[in-house]
This record gives sequence, C-alpha cells and structure tokens, in this order.
Amino acid sequence: MLTGLMALMPALSPADETADKLFLTHCAPCHGPKGDGGRGANLAVRRLLHAPDDEALSAVIRDGIPGTQMPGTRMTAEENLALTAYVRGLANVQEAAVAGDPARGESLFWDKGRCGQCHTVGPRGGRMGPDLTEIGARRSAAYLRQSLLDPEAEVPETFAVYRRVILLPDNFLQVRVVTAEGKAVTGERLNEDAFSIQIRDYADRIYSFRKDELRELRKDWGKSPMPGYRGVFTDQELRDLIGYLSSLQGAR
Amino acid sequence: MKALAILWVTAAGLTAQVTYERIAAAGSEPDSWLTYSGDYAGHRYSALAEIHRGNVARLKPVWMYQTNDLNQFEVTPLVADGVMYISEPPSHAAALDLRTGRPLWMFRRAVPSDVHTCCGQVNRGVAILSDTVFLGTLDAHLLALDAKTGHLLWDTTVADYKAGYSITAAPLALRDKVIVGISGGEYGIRGFLDAYNPKTGKRLWRFWTVPGPGEPGHETWEGDSWKTGSAATWLTGSYDPAANLLYWGTGNPGPDYDGGPRAGDNLYAASLVALDAATGKLRWHFQFTPHDTHDWDANHVPVLLDGTLHGAARRLVAVPNRNGFYYVLDRLTGEFLVGRQYGKQNWAEGLDSRGRPILINGREPRSAGSLVYPGVHGATNWNSPSYSPDTKLLYVAVREEGTVFYRATAEYKAGNYFSAGGMRGIPGVEPTGSIQALDPLTGEKRWEFALHGPPWAGVLSTAGGLVFGGTPEGNVFVLDAASGKPLWTFQAGAAVYASPMSYRFQGRQYLAITAGRSLIVFGAE
Repeated sequence: MLTGLMALMPALSPADETADKLFLTHCAPCHGPKGDGGRGANLAVRRLLHAPDDEALSAVIRDGIPGTQMPGTRMTAEENLALTAYVRGLANVQEAAVAGDPARGESLFWDKGRCGQCHTVGPRGGRMGPDLTEIGARRSAAYLRQSLLDPEAEVPETFAVYRRVILLPDNFLQVRVVTAEGKAVTGERLNEDAFSIQIRDYADRIYSFRKDELRELRKDWGKSPMPGYRGVFTDQELRDLIGYLSSLQGAR
Repeated sequence: MKALAILWVTAAGLTAQVTYERIAAAGSEPDSWLTYSGDYAGHRYSALAEIHRGNVARLKPVWMYQTNDLNQFEVTPLVADGVMYISEPPSHAAALDLRTGRPLWMFRRAVPSDVHTCCGQVNRGVAILSDTVFLGTLDAHLLALDAKTGHLLWDTTVADYKAGYSITAAPLALRDKVIVGISGGEYGIRGFLDAYNPKTGKRLWRFWTVPGPGEPGHETWEGDSWKTGSAATWLTGSYDPAANLLYWGTGNPGPDYDGGPRAGDNLYAASLVALDAATGKLRWHFQFTPHDTHDWDANHVPVLLDGTLHGAARRLVAVPNRNGFYYVLDRLTGEFLVGRQYGKQNWAEGLDSRGRPILINGREPRSAGSLVYPGVHGATNWNSPSYSPDTKLLYVAVREEGTVFYRATAEYKAGNYFSAGGMRGIPGVEPTGSIQALDPLTGEKRWEFALHGPPWAGVLSTAGGLVFGGTPEGNVFVLDAASGKPLWTFQAGAAVYASPMSYRFQGRQYLAITAGRSLIVFGAE
C-alpha cells in the first residue's frame, strides 16, 4: 500500500516496519494509507497545525485533540516514539525533493512569471488565484511542478480528501451564471449552499446570487484560468520557483 | 399577569407525569414531543398545522440555546408540559424554559479523558417517563435524572467504556422499561441491546446482536470473530405497542473493512431485529447487507406503517438503508415485501426475491482502493426519515457521495480502533445530496429537492403540509410536502447534524433544530 512512498524513503529498518504497521492500524483509517488525508488531516506536510514539534506530536498521538474527532491511542512509549518519527517522516519525503534556489525562485515568481498578478504571498499579490502563503506546507514539490506545467491536470483533484462537512470549498471552481434578467457572470466560486452561490468575477467583483434568481448555473469542472508555464521557464528556473514555493510555510 | 403565566406554566411542567399511555398516544398530543422520533412508530411527524404554506414565509428564530462544547450538537429535544429536555455533548442534559430558552436546570457530567468514540463526542437526546429523564453517556452509563431538578436518581454501568463501548443514542422509554442501545462498532465490541427498570436502574434483559456459541446465527461467524463482531445498536429504534415488538437497527460487523477474518453472513450485523419487548428475545431478523465490508450500519429509525401490499392489509416496517436500497418488510414476520434502489449505488445488481443483494464483483475494499457508491456514510445515515399520514409520503435525506475503500488488517486490542482499512473521497467528484419523497409502499420517487452537500440532518413533516430540515452548509429550510418546492430558508451559520421536531407552547407552533453549537427554535409570530 505504501510502495509509492517507500520508493522515496531509505530502506526500512525493523523499527520503521513496526511504525508502518502502527500507522496502518491506528492512523490510516482516517488519515489515509499514505497519510495524505482522509477523514483526518493531511499529515504529509511539514507543519502540522496541532503538532509544531515532536513532543507535541507525541502528545497528540497519545491524548488525541479535544474537541475534534482525533482520539487518543494507547500504546507503549516505544511505539509512540516510533509512530511520531514515522509521521514526521511523511513530510521529509517532500523536503528531500526540493532542490532549487528559493531566492532566485522568488524573483521569478514576481517578475518573469508574474504569478503575483493572481496569487497572494503574505501581504503581497493578487486575489484571483489561491493564496500561496502556506503552499509549501500544503503541497509537494511534484504537485507544484505539475500545477505550473499543466494547471488543469490537477484542478479536478478535489474532494479526494474526505471531509464530513464543507463549509468553505478549498478547491478552485470556475462558474458561469445567467440571471433571470439575462446578466451573465463568469468567475471563481467562493462558496455555495443549497440555496445560494457566491462568486468573484475576473474583474474582482463579488456577487451573491440566490439560486432561484438564476436562469443558468454552469460549473466548469477542470477549467483553470491559470496559464501553463511549460516552455516559459527553463528547467533550472522551474526548480528555483518550486524551491521558493516550497519555502512558503506561512507563519511559524 | 405575564409573570404569573410563566410561573404557572413552569410549575405545571415540572410536576407533570409523562405516562407510558401518553407516549403511546403521542400523535393525539401534538403540543408535546415525548420520545426521540415523536412517536413509537418512528414517523417524526407533527400533527400541528398552525405553520403552513400560507404563513411559513414569516418563520423567524424565536430563541437560541448554545452548548459550551465544540462537538456536534445532535439532539432532538423532547417537550412535555411546557418544558424542553435536551442532551448536550459530550454527556450533559438540561431542561429549558419554552418561553425564553433559559435553562431551568443543567446536569453536567465529566467524561473520562480516555473514552473512545469513532465520530465525535455526541449525544442525540434523552427519554422521559413519569418524572424521570434518562440519559446515556459516553462512558456507557445509563443515568436517571429527576425531571424537576436534574438531580441524579441512579447511575447504572451499561458496559465498560475502556473496551470501546459508549452511548450516544437517546434511550427509548416503554411502559416499564428503558431500552438502551450502545455504540462502539469501530472498536471491536460485541453489540447488544439492553432493557432497564426505570425505577431502579436494574437490568431486565440483554439481547446480544452477535450470537454466542450454541445460539442460532453463531455459525455465520468464522472462528472467534464473533467476539469482536460489533453490530452496535447506536440509534433509537421503534416500537409497536400492539405486538409488543421492538424494531432496532444494528451496525457494521467488525472489523469494518476487512471481511477476511470473519467469513460468513455475520448475523445480526447490518440488520433490523424485531425483539419481544417483554423478554428481549429475537422474533425475527432481516439482514440488509450480509457480510458488510463498507461500514453500512443499519442504524436507522425504522418507520412503522400499515398498508396493503401483495393483496393483503399488512403491518409494515420501512427502512431507507445506508446501502442505497429502500426496504418494506412485514413487521410481524419479517417477510421481505419491497426493495428498490433510492440512492446512487454500484455494488449490487439488485435484490433477489428474498431481499438479498445480488453482488457485483470487485466492490470489496482492496489495498489499492475500490470506488464504491454509496460511500462509507451511506445513501442515508442516522438522520431520521419522516412519514406523513397526510401526503402518505416518506421523506428521506439522501447522500450522494462515493468512497474509495481501502482494506488493511487490524489486530484487536481492547479499546483500540479496529476498522482494518481506510477510506477517502473520489477525486474530482463533488459530493451532493437531496431530500426525496418516496411512495412508502413501492419506494418510487415522487419528488426530489436537490441539496448542495450530502445531508447530516433528518427531516420532519407536519400537518401544515411542510417538510422541515437542514443542510451541512447551515441552511435550515422548509419544503412543500406535496411538491418539494422550497418555501422558506434561513442560514444558521453552521452545519446541521440533527433531526428536527415541533411542539406547541401557549397556543403557538414552533419548529426546533440544531445547527453548530446552537439549538434554534423558529416560530411564525
């Protein structure tokens, strides 16, 4: 089950095998067999919201997270230690893969790529595309590379991570609506429920429609307004840009 | 004068007797809501008609009550004689003033830090009988509280929470018994349903949902697998007073996703059992999903109704099941009468003449993952359906959401998670849902109202011709019970995880439902 992951890791020691089994038994049911999320959070990230260091991670495994569905798990101190290291290791897979120069990548991001026209990093940038302030903690280098070369390849890869309730979609969806009066609006879905939809159009205007006011509501699954950067950046530039994006870890 | 009126109402409420006869005749007392589903038949229907198509547009929140806990607030409140009785997460209870929502008493119970629950520390409601309120707790105790004060009258240990048992369901009060189901289907428990003496807390009977050695059905478990067979009873069942039969749904067999070590049908998991309420003995059973490996608990509220099927007038029980099929059985014999797909599914060709699914190959959980509809949470879940005797329609909140199921192996360790696999959503497919109105005798769909996300809220139908419900995005809504047309909606700001109810206070009808941490009472004043 973990073959994809194992290929990127050094050979497993007996202790790792124990941890692998522990992970499959206790964590995989919610966090997915690869730890990249399910009913529970994505653990294959470098910054875990509830566990900034190993001590905190060990405590979370032992005690759970009160007020959430994360339960505590009884195991020996050695097992807890092994599992803590294993969960940390899920993130290290990404770390090892990033090779570019973040400083060069940063100037490519703002200048040559003009990524900031649509994307925000911290206080700077545009609002149209996803906020990239923490993108390094959320996405692997391989994912970032694919998104840069072929933005639409992964647009539909949403809802793969199971969530019980979606109060705010974290995917990107382009929608086109036509009101009863015939006014057409195309933009990004900000949110939606059974009775209403909220949209930001490409001129940065925000709309809220009641669905019974619309003559037409179309969802362009898989479409992205982001241009592909294949042939725009050299391989080295791409590595540098990914190095920069991977360094964006948000507030620490 | 107003102050006097409050005093009178409160005093009346706190001295009333909720007799068994009142609960059994709940339909003729629509001011109250005396049991989890509103009546023993599981109809979740209110005979009140003061809120109707003509004035529903004026519906507004009247008061709100908020918990002090981040867990889902899944209660269906009870109302008796001018007082509301609720449970709150994790294992609290309170009596609320119907005029203002202010607590008249609060019962607080600390839950041990090492309780195990698969799906949040929740509680779905209390039962009331005579002057006593009954509350199940996450550490698997059954408590009796004085309805006048909230004081603890007795405290009975139902099971050992350290072995994964807990209680989340509202108990069901009968004439001289309190019936309690248990949770823990993801912890390798051995499931059961219990009856207790309401005065003393002494256990009267226990029905094991996984038969032991020598009992019929035991042969449907390989080796010792029955010991961790689960089949939890975590949602309140229904009751037919004339037949003195209890109808109760049972949960998944354990471990959830790996059927390997438990070859066989795994009775009575994923089944409906009919038990003699006097003795707890099994009268009949019907298994919706033999040898389930998709966590398709049959923990639904069975809907009891009468009708003519196959040329004969019959007493029926209807269940829209988590596995995507709608079933109608003879409730005296358990005979399978009608089965029809109502939710999206890809695991069965259909049902055979005895209601057994005709399986499609390759839908078992695998280490590489199997994409299956319905998903792990089913085509519907614990959130209640509703039956209206006016429209003669059965309303059900339907989930359309597939899951990729993974199989692994699990070693049983008391109190530890024991599911042997995992699951995730389907890439690129936005889960959705609907409210459907079914002809209860055929399962045919009469209308459908599209929701955005898959619902966790049940529905209530009323004599005002309304269907009341909620969405995971926080919409509370009213539909026309005849057509499904939306009549009113309110954004409550957080997901609805409960089944709604209605009551009348000082001559006015109210609708109540939770959203987020809030219980919201609506009136058309």
